[in-house]
Amino acid sequence: MRKNLDIISAYTIMLGLIILVGFLQSWNMALSILCFCLISAVMTMGANIQWGYAGLINFGIMGYTALGGLAAVLVSVPPVKEAWQAGGFIMVLCAFLIFFMIFSIRFIIKKYSKSNNRNYAIAVIIILGLILLRLISAPAIESIESVNPATTGFLGGMGLPILFSWIVGAFFAGALAYIIGKIALGLRADYLAIATLLISEIVIAVIKHEDWLSRGVKNVIGLKRPVPYEIDLQTKGWFINLVDKFNQGSLNLIPDTLERQEQLKQLVIESSTVFVKLCFVGLFTSVVIILLIITQKALYSPWGRMMRAIRDNEEAANAMGKNVVKQHLLIFILGSAIVGIAGAMMVTYDGLFTPGSYRPMRYTFLIWVMVIVGGSGNNFGAILGGFAVWFLWVEAAPISLFLINFFTSGLEETNAFRVHLVNSIPYFRYLMMGVGLLLIMRYRPKGILPEKIKQI
Amino acid sequence: MEFLNAIVLLLNYLFVPALSYGSQLALGAIFVSLIYGILRFAYFTAGDLMSFGTMFTILFTWYFQSLGINLGFLPTALLAIPFGIIITILYVLVKDKLVFSYYRTQKSPPVMLAMVSIGTMFITQAIVRIVIGPFDRRFFDGEKFIIKANEFKEMTGLNEGLAIKSTQVITLFVTIIVVSILFWFLNKTRTGKSMRAYSDNEDLALLSGIDPKKVVMITWIIAAILATIGGALYGLDKSFKPFTYFNNMLPIFAAAIVGGIGNPFGAFLGGYVIAFSEILLTYAYKKFFVYILPESLEPEGLLQLLSTDYKFAVSFSILVIVLLFRPSGIFKGKVL
Repeated sequence: MRKNLDIISAYTIMLGLIILVGFLQSWNMALSILCFCLISAVMTMGANIQWGYAGLINFGIMGYTALGGLAAVLVSVPPVKEAWQAGGFIMVLCAFLIFFMIFSIRFIIKKYSKSNNRNYAIAVIIILGLILLRLISAPAIESIESVNPATTGFLGGMGLPILFSWIVGAFFAGALAYIIGKIALGLRADYLAIATLLISEIVIAVIKHEDWLSRGVKNVIGLKRPVPYEIDLQTKGWFINLVDKFNQGSLNLIPDTLERQEQLKQLVIESSTVFVKLCFVGLFTSVVIILLIITQKALYSPWGRMMRAIRDNEEAANAMGKNVVKQHLLIFILGSAIVGIAGAMMVTYDGLFTPGSYRPMRYTFLIWVMVIVGGSGNNFGAILGGFAVWFLWVEAAPISLFLINFFTSGLEETNAFRVHLVNSIPYFRYLMMGVGLLLIMRYRPKGILPEKIKQI
Repeated sequence: MEFLNAIVLLLNYLFVPALSYGSQLALGAIFVSLIYGILRFAYFTAGDLMSFGTMFTILFTWYFQSLGINLGFLPTALLAIPFGIIITILYVLVKDKLVFSYYRTQKSPPVMLAMVSIGTMFITQAIVRIVIGPFDRRFFDGEKFIIKANEFKEMTGLNEGLAIKSTQVITLFVTIIVVSILFWFLNKTRTGKSMRAYSDNEDLALLSGIDPKKVVMITWIIAAILATIGGALYGLDKSFKPFTYFNNMLPIFAAAIVGGIGNPFGAFLGGYVIAFSEILLTYAYKKFFVYILPESLEPEGLLQLLSTDYKFAVSFSILVIVLLFRPSGIFKGKVL
């Protein structure tokens, strides 16, 4: 108990803050913050596995998140039959063509030794393949996108429950990580950071502009939920009874029956949104706990020790016969897969997929702030970082409004300077992030909850 | 005649825009490369430092405009750039003193410094957005075109017009001047040589009595100058929006790496490589081929290799290819 005191106290403070939001603002707000905190915690765990366990910098987080979101779309949306008839077959053909290209390139690389001719051959295959792909797919894409463009205009998905997409998203992200890892893992740390950031931009550009696959910037809305809808809840007898039971005290105070009915109705509407959010919180918490158990087990297993050895001294680990390249690739895939789960969770929660909102430049760095603030190499720290930073990110506006009003209380309400500051409140969150990150890096470089290594 | 038309078409839509965009990228890439070579970390604040400098240039431009000072047919911003530079220099020096110098004396790994630069990136973004707001701003005044498309058509009797914006010419001129002064400084002066020595081998440079503080300070000053000029030119040519500048960090990094990070000359060329490939690969060549091919062979499609949506993706793919086949960049990095 004693040695985990810091973890327990940090989490208590965090939960206390969220509950405080519930009392001060609204429970709806508090729960939605909590949901996003949990999602960020999953992402942070993914990044933490890569950075904390193995020392790999992955700035491609948004790419995996977007792929996870795409998985949610492809799994849950019912297939669009007309679109499949219009061009589905040709798109499958194109997929085969891409596979064929990849395999032929692999074959050439395996079969022939390194030479200029080999490089030329690969270049010719890629260029010819791209031209062929464009020629074949262009009419098919056009006909797919012209199928009822206002509502569909894409191939649709499988029509399965959206919860499957959490696993599918992990596989998608893992597959992408395999490709990126094969390309970029040999690079030095800061090159790797930039390369992954750029690759994630490419992935998002593809998702954004290939309308036949993801509807692109036209967004996919109305994804099915794994939890009940508010409207359905409000008509269910058991739910109304439940609300009635919870609010017996306050309802009994109202003497008039009609008024009481009215009050109950209001309460049912309010609590239905809270109930839905609570369901999400339950789902997300179980994901976080499962991942936490797995990652903790992994961290203290022989495999985790090996990863730390590789991180701390690559050459020595190599000399001890550990396959550094292979392990790096493995952990890169695992971490990215977790981020993919988070991406699918996020789309599930929102119920819509908006490729335009994935901004690698913005959110990647936010996730990294979470990892570093929380404590790299410590899973509890990573989760805490996700919670604390997302909380600050959302609550920055009220806090800074309070601070501005406090510090400029000497000035008049209409003072130009004060008005300007109040108008630019949304941007104080960047300031908070930056100052917070710099302070943590200066005075607590290992994060709030630093890595603890059990001695055996 | 047809052939001339085709060439003018390419000049107008490909060559001139790519040249000015490339120059703006090159200025950014050079200072990223310099910081990488001398301070040895990836400077993620690059894009935002450019927007910081541009912001002060804009503020001074507005001030001068309110005073009624202008440069006639040249944009007033040219007069404001030096003032913007001074403030940016002060800003980077203060930042170095408060933030970066600590990690340098601690001999922190480069990754740590890169993370710290993410922290300063957030702060710079906040400052820019709080002072001037996140909106699109145009601050160009003066003569807009040097040659207008119509005038060119009348002058030469061709079908295709060639429009040259004055900002494009200014960009090119300023870039040439700044870059030649910079390379003269790095190659010929004592301080420049000591910077190159420091970048090449830090220990040896320290042994031979080079003052690291001075080298670091000069590097930051050069970075601030280049950032402000590059940013202001970009803003004059297109428009100033903090988020665009932030995003421009990516092609800038791509240019720096493609050219061989740590090598300013490579970065300079890398800027053009990125700009030209972005525009060459996403341009629709239909009209061009209509001019040069006989009528029977006229193409049907747009003849666009990639849709313009993939503009950014192109430069990044080039980067990935370069990293795969020549990880040290086209022009061998780390030889300042």
